[in-house]
Amino acid sequence: MLTFAIVVMALMGVVFGILLGVAGKKFHVEVDPRVAKVRDCLPGANCGGCGYPGCDGFAEAVVAGKAPPNGCKPGGPSTAAKIADVLGVAVAAAGEREVARVMCAGGGTCGDRATYKGIPSCRAAVLAGGGFKSCEFGCLGLGDCRRACQFGAISMSGGMPVVAEDKCVACGNCVKACPRGLIALLPESKGIQVACRSTAPGAATRKVCKVGCIGCRACVKACQSGAITVENNLARIDPVKCTLCGACVEKCPTRAINDVRRALEERQAG
Amino acid sequence: MHQHTGAPCEPLVKKGDRVLVGQKIGESKAYVSAPVHSSVSGTVVAVEPRQHPALLRSVASVVIESDGAFEVDPSVKPRGEIDSLSRDELRQIIREAGIVGLGGAAFPTSVKVSPPKDKKIDVFLLNGAECEPYLTADHRLMVEEASDIVHGMLALMKAVGVEKGIVCIEDNKPDAIDAMSKAVADFPNLGTAVVKTKYPQGGEKQLIKAVLGREVPPPPGLPMDVGVVVNNVGTAAAVAAALRTGMPLIERVVTVTGSPVREPANLRVRLGTSFRELIEQCGGLSEKPAKIIAGGPMMGIAQSSDEVPVIKGTSGILVMSEHDTVLDEPTNCIRCGRCVEACPMFLMPLYIRMYAEAGRWDLAARYSPANCMECGSCAYECPARIPLVQWIKIAKAEIAAAKGGR
Repeated sequence: MLTFAIVVMALMGVVFGILLGVAGKKFHVEVDPRVAKVRDCLPGANCGGCGYPGCDGFAEAVVAGKAPPNGCKPGGPSTAAKIADVLGVAVAAAGEREVARVMCAGGGTCGDRATYKGIPSCRAAVLAGGGFKSCEFGCLGLGDCRRACQFGAISMSGGMPVVAEDKCVACGNCVKACPRGLIALLPESKGIQVACRSTAPGAATRKVCKVGCIGCRACVKACQSGAITVENNLARIDPVKCTLCGACVEKCPTRAINDVRRALEERQAG
Repeated sequence: MHQHTGAPCEPLVKKGDRVLVGQKIGESKAYVSAPVHSSVSGTVVAVEPRQHPALLRSVASVVIESDGAFEVDPSVKPRGEIDSLSRDELRQIIREAGIVGLGGAAFPTSVKVSPPKDKKIDVFLLNGAECEPYLTADHRLMVEEASDIVHGMLALMKAVGVEKGIVCIEDNKPDAIDAMSKAVADFPNLGTAVVKTKYPQGGEKQLIKAVLGREVPPPPGLPMDVGVVVNNVGTAAAVAAALRTGMPLIERVVTVTGSPVREPANLRVRLGTSFRELIEQCGGLSEKPAKIIAGGPMMGIAQSSDEVPVIKGTSGILVMSEHDTVLDEPTNCIRCGRCVEACPMFLMPLYIRMYAEAGRWDLAARYSPANCMECGSCAYECPARIPLVQWIKIAKAEIAAAKGGR
C-alpha cells in the first residue's frame, strides 16, 4: 500500500512538473532586463515624487522612454548618471539640488478670526470656512505637509512647518499637500525668498500680518539684477537671476524677504 | 456679484455712480446666472472684494451707501397679468428680476423653469417643507402672504408649461396648511400635500419621493427626469412681486434666531444688509456668541464675522452660545451602520470617511460622495461623533481635483 502511494505521488509530480515546464515556456513574458537594472539603481523609497506608482513604476516608465532618466529627485544626479549608464544615453547636466521652502513667515504669529473644531487637517479647515486664520493666504499650521513627507524632513514648530534641508529630497509631496500652495521647490543655494503668498492689497495684509509682503516695490528698486517683479501686490524673486546680494532683504520694510540659508547657517553656528 | 449658483456677475456700476432701488448693478452673459440689483438708492462707494457668507472667500462686491430715500428706478413697473404674458416673456421677467431659489441653494430660477423640450413635466411642486430646525421664514411667508405665493406659483407653472401644481407643507405647520389650502381653493388645478415632519424632508429629491413616490435617479439625474419641477415658496413670492410691482429680487425673509438673540424674529430684509444690523434689530445678543451661522444648524455655514451681508440664499441667521456648540471628541468608528440608515441619499458615509482618512480617493470615489447633499444626518446620528460630512466634503473636493487633472 505504501509503495502504491509513493508511486502515485511520484507520477503526479512528474506529470505536473512537465505541465508547468511547458506552460512556463509557452506563456513566457519578455521582460526588458533593463527594467530590473534601472530598478536596482533607484533608492527604493517609493515616494511617488516622480509621478509614477513607486520605484517599479518609474523604472518601467524610464525604460519605455516615458520618464526622463533624471526624474528621480531623491536619487539626485548620481542615480540619474547610473540610470543613463544602463540605458546608454547621455543625461542632461544635473541641475542644482532643490529643497522645499515654506513661503509664509507669519502663520505662527497671525491671529485667528474663528475657532476651528473640525478635523485637524489644513485641507479640511480650508473647506470649512476658508481657514480660521486672519490671513486668507497664510499657513494654517495643522501639518498636512508634515504628514505628507515620507522622509521626516518636516517638523512643526511654533505653528509653522520647518524643513530640514538635509533630509529633504524634493519629492514634492508637501507641495501637493498644502491647500494654500505655500511650499515651493527652490534651488538649495538660492536662499533669498519672499516668504509670503498674500495677494491682498498691502493695507489688508498689514492689518493681519506683521511680516507679510505688502507689494511696496522697495525690493524691486533695490535689486541690481532685475530679479524681482511685483504682481498682484506680491513680490516674486526669480531664483535664476538672483545673485544673493541681499539688498532686498535689507530694504524690505516688513521683513517679508528673508535669507533662509543665512538663517540656517546662523542656527547651526550657535 | 455672486449670490447664486452659476457664473458670477460683472459689475455694471463704478465708484461714484448713483444707483436707485431695483437698478441692475451686475450681470453675466452666462446661461446659468442671475443679475444682481441694488436694494437701496444711494452712491457706490466701492467695487472691491468683500467676504462672502457662503463661498467663504472674498468676492467682488458693490458697496453702496444708502441715501435713505429709497428712490425707485424707473425700470421698475408692473409687468401685467400672467394670462397676457407668454412663456418666454415670463422666463425673461424671472431672469431679469434676478430670481434664484430662495430655499438656500440659490439656483437661478430662470434655468429651472426652462426644462429641455424632451423632458415631459407633469407636476409642479411648491416646496413649503421648511425642514431645517430653527428656520421659520418660509412658514411665516405662507401664513402671511399665501395669495402672493399662489400668484407666483401660477406664473412659474405657466413658465414651465405644467398644469398640475401641489403646495407641499410639513404637518407641524397647521396654520400654514390652512392659509395655503384657502389660497389654492379657487384653482382646481392646484392642491396641497401634507408631508411628515422630518429632516431632510425639504430636500427636493426627498420631497418628490414623499409626495409623488417617484425616485429621482442619482446624479446627473434631476427632478425633471421624473417629470417634476420643484420651487421654494419664497421664490414664488419673489416672482409675484416681480410681476405685480416689477421689483426685482432685492429683499427676502430671513429668520434671525438662536439662544443668545434677545428677540428672535423673521425679518423682511434688503439684500446686502449686514448680519450685525439684523442681530441688533432683534434686540442684540444676551451673551457672547460662539458661532454665527448663515442658514440652519444642519447645513448652514459658520461665519467668521458678523460683517457679512445677507445674500439671496441666506434663509436664516442662527447665533449659538458657547453652551450650544459643545462638541464631543470623535472616537473610533464601530461600524454600527447608523449613518447608512440615516442617509437620505442611500450612501455609506462610514466607508467614504474611512478611505478619505487613508487618502485613498480612488476607493472613496466608489462610494459616490458626489451624491451627498451634505444634509448632516449621518454626522448627527453618529454615536462616535465623527464629523462625517466634513470628511465627505474633503473627499468630494479631492476627487473633483483629481478629475480636473491636478
